[in-house]
Amino acid sequence: MKKLHFSLVALLGLAAAWPVAAQDDTLARNLVASCANCHGTDGHAVKASGMEALAGADAAKTLQKLHEFKSGVRPATVMQQIVKGYTDEELALIVGYLARQK
Amino acid sequence: MATNDRDRRRSFIRQVGTVALASVLPACAGRPSTATRAHVVVVGGGFGGATAARYLRLWSEGSVDVTLVEANPEFVSCPLSNLVLAGERKLADLSFSYDGLRRRGVRVVLDTVISLDPVRRSVGLLGGERIDFDRLLLAPGVDFAYEDLPGLQAAAAREHVLHAWKAGPQTLALRRQLAAMPDGGVYAITIPLAPYRCPPGPYERASVVAAYLKAHKPRAKILVLDANAEIVSKKALFAKAWAELYPDIIEYRPNCELRDVHAATRTAILDFEQVRADVLNVIPNQRAGELARVAELRLINQRWVEVDWRSMESTSHPGIHVVGDAIFAAPAMPKSGHLANQQGKLAVAAILELLAGRLPSPTPLLTNTCYSFIDARNAVHVASVHRYDAGQKTMLPVAGAGGLSAMRNEFEAKIASAWALNIWADTLA
Repeated sequence: MKKLHFSLVALLGLAAAWPVAAQDDTLARNLVASCANCHGTDGHAVKASGMEALAGADAAKTLQKLHEFKSGVRPATVMQQIVKGYTDEELALIVGYLARQK
Repeated sequence: MATNDRDRRRSFIRQVGTVALASVLPACAGRPSTATRAHVVVVGGGFGGATAARYLRLWSEGSVDVTLVEANPEFVSCPLSNLVLAGERKLADLSFSYDGLRRRGVRVVLDTVISLDPVRRSVGLLGGERIDFDRLLLAPGVDFAYEDLPGLQAAAAREHVLHAWKAGPQTLALRRQLAAMPDGGVYAITIPLAPYRCPPGPYERASVVAAYLKAHKPRAKILVLDANAEIVSKKALFAKAWAELYPDIIEYRPNCELRDVHAATRTAILDFEQVRADVLNVIPNQRAGELARVAELRLINQRWVEVDWRSMESTSHPGIHVVGDAIFAAPAMPKSGHLANQQGKLAVAAILELLAGRLPSPTPLLTNTCYSFIDARNAVHVASVHRYDAGQKTMLPVAGAGGLSAMRNEFEAKIASAWALNIWADTLA
């Protein structure tokens, strides 16, 4: 999959594409840092806290959960309020970054 | 329609690009372009400063040298310290060394900054050392404006009438006073005009101490003397909890600004009356910590540091970043440990971009989540998301986001404890 993605980027012009990608990766890192206070640095929650580990979690599943918090389908105490502060594009960046954490 | 398609395609390309390039160019973002190693000095090891020191090492992948100057050998968490007053937690469980930061390569210097040369870019320490820096991050915290209270000028008076608003020895001392208070005694707590550190904190304190008194000294009373016109934070939640759980214990009096204190008799002197208590707990007026004055940073209302929210730099001293309770907060932004941690990370992101010769993100974002205990088993929260507004040049709360608990509940008390474990680790581990 990664090879396929890389060829696609190469096709579109690596020189033009990489600064945007690097910016997005930094933006994703910064956005995930806003989650870390409750969910752990880069999604690595302290085990004893009982918080769900988001590091390495499947991006599509995490994104679906976040959208369910946003729409109100999934009941929550605080996430339904926090998630509304982020755009859909930011949520996509967040789950992608979390999925890449080991 | 065409616009949506184009946006979707661009978004897809950007995501794909991110995934692919993260694997081939893992260390590009944030690495300084200069050949010599950059050195960032962080002063103040609370939630803001410690988080910044940690994330400078993490996000630079060890390529930036970091020195943390902090007088106290231990970090003591203010969040959860009200539970120590109620006898529900041990202060030792809220106290941490800076070894986690040392393990990440932070040089921790236990000292106090007494001078700053912004041109030579160096700070002078009480112990005599001078430390040069490329960029400086200050987390001064708050100082108490004791000059407003003649009766608390003497150190002995301050040991008698405690604030316990910086977790540590005062927390333990106030716990001892409360434990020694007779059944039928009066515990009075005075709240300063906002802004002050931790807006819901005084009301949480009244709540959890009320729970303690209800169980152990049921005839005792709590007098909440609030300089503000109403409960500053989580008003409806606290008011409901007090009415339902502590109707005969907590008496709330708004518009009671403290004018002075008679420490020997534990008397709060208000405008039109004097209130004598068995335990008098004065949370004094607050301002940015002394460090802000040492650095001669521009202050708003002569109290709080003005910052550029895109980089957290002082508006008077570019190159000096300031985070935490010392700054003049944006609209609807509380002074909280959670936000100090978030501001620390925002500042680090900006510092690394600036060291690399790039501009910081023009659209930073901060979140806040703050839990307050009603008793040891029930808690409530307030949450908000704040975004930079280029027009108003400040952070504004995102409309429609954030909010409060519907009602105090046991689940959120568990989440509050989980939050503490995670933010402590995110700040110090």
